[in-house]
Amino acid sequence: MEKKYWKSLEELKIDYRPQENQGENLPDKNALAELFDDKTISSNSSRRDFLKLFGFTVTSAALAASCEMPVRKAIPYVIQPEQITPGKAQYYASTFFDGHDYSSILVKVRDGRPIKIEGNTLSSITHGGTNARTQASILNLYDDARYKHPAIDGKETSWEEINGKIINNLNSAKGKGEKVVLLTSGIISPSTRWVINDFLQAYPNIRHVVYDTISASGMLLANEKSFGEKIIPSYSIDKAELIVSFAADFLGTWLSPVEFTKQYVKNRKLENGQKKMSRHIQFEAGMSLTGSNADKRIQIKPSEEKIILGTLYNLIAAQTGNTTFNSEPCKINLTSLAKELILHKGKSLVVSGSNDTENQYLVNTINSMLGNYGNTIHIDQPFNHKQGIDKDMEILVKEMHEGKISGMIMYNVNPVYDYPQSELFIQGIKKVGFSVSMPVFTEETAELCNYICPDHYFLEAWNDAEFKKGQFSLCQPAIRPIYNTRAAQESFLRWTGKPDAYDEVIKTYWEKNMYPKSGATGFYDFWVQSLHDGIFEPDRSSASPQPKIELTGLSGIFSNIQSIDTGIEIQLYENVSVGNGKYANNPWLQELPDPVSKITWDNYAAVSPKFAEERSLETGDLISINKEFKLPVLIQPGQAYNTISIALGYGRTTSGIVAKDVGINVYPLVRTDNKNRQYYLTHSEVKKAGSGHQFAQTQSHFSMEGRPIIREASLEEYLNNPVSGNEMHEEVDKHNQTLYKEHQFPGHHWGMSVDLNSCVGCSACLIACSAENNVPVVGKKEVARNHEMHWIRIDRYYNGDVEDPAVVRQPVMCQHCDNAPCENVCPVAATNHSDEGINQMAYNRCIGTRYCNNNCPYKVRRFNWFDYTMADSIKNNTRDPEGMTLDLKRLVLNPDVTVRAKGVIEKCSFCIQRIQDKKLTAKLENRKLQDGEIIPACAQACPADAIVFGDLNDPESKISKHFSDSRNYHLLEELHTLPSVGYLTKIRNTSSES
Amino acid sequence: MYVSPVREPLIKGGKNYSKVTEDITRPILTKPGKLWFFGITISSIAAVIGLIAMFITVRDGIGRWGVNRTIGWGWGITNLVWWIGIGHAGTFISAILLLFRQKWRTSINRSAEAMTIFAVMCAGVFPLLHMGRLPLAYFIFPYPNTRGLWVNFNSPLLWDVFAISTYFLVSLLFWYTGLIPDIATMRDKIKNKFIKPIYSFLSFGWKGSARHWSRHESMSLILAGLAAPLVLSVHSIVSMDFATSVIPGWHTTIFPPYFVSGAIFSGFAMVLTLMIVARKAMNIEQYITVGHIESMNKIIIATGSIVGIAYITELFMAWYSGNIYERFAFYNRAFGPYWWAYWIMMTCNVITPQLFWFRKLRRNVVFTFVVSIFINIGMWFERFVIIVTSLHRDFLPSSWSMYKPTLIEVAIFTGTLGIFFTLFFLFIRIFPVVAMAEVKGILKTSGEKTKH
Repeated sequence: MEKKYWKSLEELKIDYRPQENQGENLPDKNALAELFDDKTISSNSSRRDFLKLFGFTVTSAALAASCEMPVRKAIPYVIQPEQITPGKAQYYASTFFDGHDYSSILVKVRDGRPIKIEGNTLSSITHGGTNARTQASILNLYDDARYKHPAIDGKETSWEEINGKIINNLNSAKGKGEKVVLLTSGIISPSTRWVINDFLQAYPNIRHVVYDTISASGMLLANEKSFGEKIIPSYSIDKAELIVSFAADFLGTWLSPVEFTKQYVKNRKLENGQKKMSRHIQFEAGMSLTGSNADKRIQIKPSEEKIILGTLYNLIAAQTGNTTFNSEPCKINLTSLAKELILHKGKSLVVSGSNDTENQYLVNTINSMLGNYGNTIHIDQPFNHKQGIDKDMEILVKEMHEGKISGMIMYNVNPVYDYPQSELFIQGIKKVGFSVSMPVFTEETAELCNYICPDHYFLEAWNDAEFKKGQFSLCQPAIRPIYNTRAAQESFLRWTGKPDAYDEVIKTYWEKNMYPKSGATGFYDFWVQSLHDGIFEPDRSSASPQPKIELTGLSGIFSNIQSIDTGIEIQLYENVSVGNGKYANNPWLQELPDPVSKITWDNYAAVSPKFAEERSLETGDLISINKEFKLPVLIQPGQAYNTISIALGYGRTTSGIVAKDVGINVYPLVRTDNKNRQYYLTHSEVKKAGSGHQFAQTQSHFSMEGRPIIREASLEEYLNNPVSGNEMHEEVDKHNQTLYKEHQFPGHHWGMSVDLNSCVGCSACLIACSAENNVPVVGKKEVARNHEMHWIRIDRYYNGDVEDPAVVRQPVMCQHCDNAPCENVCPVAATNHSDEGINQMAYNRCIGTRYCNNNCPYKVRRFNWFDYTMADSIKNNTRDPEGMTLDLKRLVLNPDVTVRAKGVIEKCSFCIQRIQDKKLTAKLENRKLQDGEIIPACAQACPADAIVFGDLNDPESKISKHFSDSRNYHLLEELHTLPSVGYLTKIRNTSSES
Repeated sequence: MYVSPVREPLIKGGKNYSKVTEDITRPILTKPGKLWFFGITISSIAAVIGLIAMFITVRDGIGRWGVNRTIGWGWGITNLVWWIGIGHAGTFISAILLLFRQKWRTSINRSAEAMTIFAVMCAGVFPLLHMGRLPLAYFIFPYPNTRGLWVNFNSPLLWDVFAISTYFLVSLLFWYTGLIPDIATMRDKIKNKFIKPIYSFLSFGWKGSARHWSRHESMSLILAGLAAPLVLSVHSIVSMDFATSVIPGWHTTIFPPYFVSGAIFSGFAMVLTLMIVARKAMNIEQYITVGHIESMNKIIIATGSIVGIAYITELFMAWYSGNIYERFAFYNRAFGPYWWAYWIMMTCNVITPQLFWFRKLRRNVVFTFVVSIFINIGMWFERFVIIVTSLHRDFLPSSWSMYKPTLIEVAIFTGTLGIFFTLFFLFIRIFPVVAMAEVKGILKTSGEKTKH
């Protein structure tokens, strides 16, 4: 028996055996938690809260304690938490919705802090896809420029006080019967709608006005005319064999880009024996992401859309036995298009991004004649996110101006920035008795409001969503609120006089409304399951009725159609990075190269080469538009002649340091016409107003110079001979010989394949990679000096006519060559080859000679030119213009990936941390790794599933199949670098063109 | 010894031994003139500016330079190769010409060797500075350590480390060995009681005995034997930094001989630039005669022509290979955005030296001086063209970029020029600028008095 040593008699007497009332011996949980509680957090702390706070302490201390910094002491666990293992990531299902974009997501939480967003594969809407803005939204959680506390007239206050004042105001307005307006964006959350309904019932004098930043009012009204309901139908692009889009950027920003991208690529993938491919024709002015992917792209002026739709209508109507109308035909010959559409009756889709009711109505009638409703368009599963009718907002601003509104409550809107007549709105809001705003981020509108009741960020809040009718998802907090914020819904509840917590309200609502549909045996199980899945989709049937559209009112539309000279037209659009400007304060998004122009940190006036030549404009010159807006010019191949495209969402004036003064705000150029806001204007006056603007462009050369970099073929050629366009691969393979000992990969041999036919260039991978791998943000000046740090880039080349080029894209990351040119030139062997085929970087060993970078034929290596990350030991030399090294923002860093210091090379690692993690999991579970289990961040984020990763040693793996596909080739394979990344050739469906 | 009467004397002005000593030691024993003070002030100011720029680079990072994701090496490595090339003349003169028994080398070998050492020192600045993490530069040495780390012997950069450090050591030794008899002369001449012991120490107790001379001669020959292959190896290895890569424009087998001849070419140009000024300023025109200048110009024609042929061979091979990347790289050199650099290189290195075929021109001191400056510039541009124009447009057009040096880079280069000239100005005040002992050795056979 073991001897027992004792120090004193007292000690000897103490019984160390576990006692029955053990709980009493444990420290008081609440007391401990309260230790961390400051006054700003008013709710009672639970153990869960304690752990979250605890995670913070530990990780921030760990972060702070690295390198030469003094060690700050952390308190170890007193009570070992269940389920949570420090260092092990937890995933919580949630929903991303910002009033515009929607994704069902999983939030990766490490030690109490959310660090990454991944797509939720269970969702039947997004199927695990995300886009750049969804991926980047994690960084906004740690935005320093958020409203941190409730404020009255700019002064910090308590929630009790602000509630009291607002309720007083509301009651006095109610008493006097004065008009109060609740201005919100389209609300997709059923529980929020419920809460707001209660609120509106409590104050019958409040009117609810919906204002969407990017309006779909024209479509809502057109559908009301067609179907009697203000709806936006959902689409099945995957069922369409022919897609004709009129300036609808459905892969980038239009309605539901993630969902549409998934659908779009579904029948463009030529794998598993699929031989069919959809055909996509795009009519547009500016080169959009969608247009650049089209099989055929036709340049039109935005104003020409109506006449083209009218002509198309007449051509189809004539052949389908419908009424035709007399009108001027358009200049473009549409006969073959009409024929093609009729040929694909019921399997085609015509969409328009226009906000003109008449255009949308024409589109409806065309789709109806083609029998597309019920097949590719579903009006019984409409989208819920766009609800704003532009007229309502116009009336509201007028009333505000006339002093008829005594109170305003604003939720998730920023009209001072993004309403075209923002001056009118500003004057109006000054005449409003009291104004309440519930913003998340520092914004222009809230600054003018009396009461600021900051809302939680979606990662801190409970919510639910019904993006598409009948398809629900839940949103759960992944972190305790960082600041003293309150869910907007709770604000409404308080003002209604209810003390409930919003999560309880959601539960109640779901118990009443969703639970009965589920067929589950108990609400608790149902709730837990829904929360776990993040989604609840009781009705997944896609069969929908085919409504008949009465062709009324068309003669009125046709009488409006005429072709007139419209002079120079300006087209305003959202780009894929900052979107409508809400997330403009996100450095990742600002530094995301535009998928078409490759410009970061700017908006610009895109003009066609011919237009530029006529006016002797050069890229970087400044032009003034209507004497007011001064913008830099970019010569954009493919831009329609006499049009200028400008991105919205820039030129924020009140925001964090990131978005401030980046680009020009062109919302004021949006005009109201025909009852709706129109995102183009005609007869603009354009004058040269200077020169010398410096763009931060990541790719300046646009031609492939005849090199076999991106290999492509037409569908016809491909069907005749699958190696079309890729004949060289076989030739190179034949010469694959070496005198040296070949690499052996006894275990795994990792490889990646990129399907160039699927990749649309949406750039979600880029942001996902930056988030996963702690890629630094360098700022505009540095990007302009070609110092950008992205580990994956999307190369874009043009071919053909400079006025009407075809666009090809290629994501390029480290190719992990088995004969890596970088490896043998490093004098200190800091970069070397793993026995799993990965070209790895030992950052600690790197001395920064950049020889590897020079010798990399793919130029994928990135050098830390400055101390971007505050990770080196020299003081005061940090280059961080965008505040990425703030303590708060550093919480987004992935602890599994080293933060690189100044002077070292870094590059894509195939997400080695993910590989190791899954290998470890498999090992612990005593099983073999499954194919598809390891998903690098880029592949995970890709809404097009264009990136496949796996083990080349496994002949059954998807990657092996890709590598043996006749379309597979390697970039610069003739150099015998033996890359582990393969590309599948791009196939264009140009075959039906005669 | 028989000397052809056709040969012009190597030392003019009827010198005897004491006259030689007197002439050569005069600049050391007398107070320096205004010109010297002016020169050293300017060059040390340049050196200080350079040092500040170096400090900024190390503190802030390489981002202070104009290099970028596409062009990883810019002025830094251009300057490294240029300086190393310049150094080559010294070793060539002292080692190879010694082995070939070229007597005319005696007048210029001392300063040429000094130039070599200073140039290699300046060159060494750049590989160190261009590292992202200078404090960890020691990683490059294969030292035993408990972490199991080892260097990569496949990397030409590692070969560089050994090549350049060996070269520096051997050059230094060789130079010093040659200096010993002259330092002893200085020890004997100097009166100042503080400086005398220093020279006394540095002379290693040289007595001028027959045994000393015998050992000195054998030592010199052995070192010459060691240094001669180094002349060929160092720049060959430097060229392999480029030749072993995959970048079109770098990946060529012609590089080692092409670089070596280029190095000797530029080295002689620099020797001429320095000597033409020094012989005038220090009044030693009778030791470094027009004949010496002519001899050097002949070497310049030879090496310059090799360089010219190499340029043309490169162009031919690019076309003949049928490799689209290679063809483009050379087309881009001549007609791309850096065309001006290429044509400066071509004019300065290929065309101007050919003028030395005319005897009148190669014996014209002023003309030689101008051409030597041209060659210095041309050879700098050769390295710039090789490094920057090859990198800036390589395989994938998506990554193509342009390079422009920053003020910091310019300041560092100016700084190394400053360091070089400061050291040279100090050298001419401390050590005899012409190898007295060796000149005395040939005085009897090739001096003017003996011959006529």
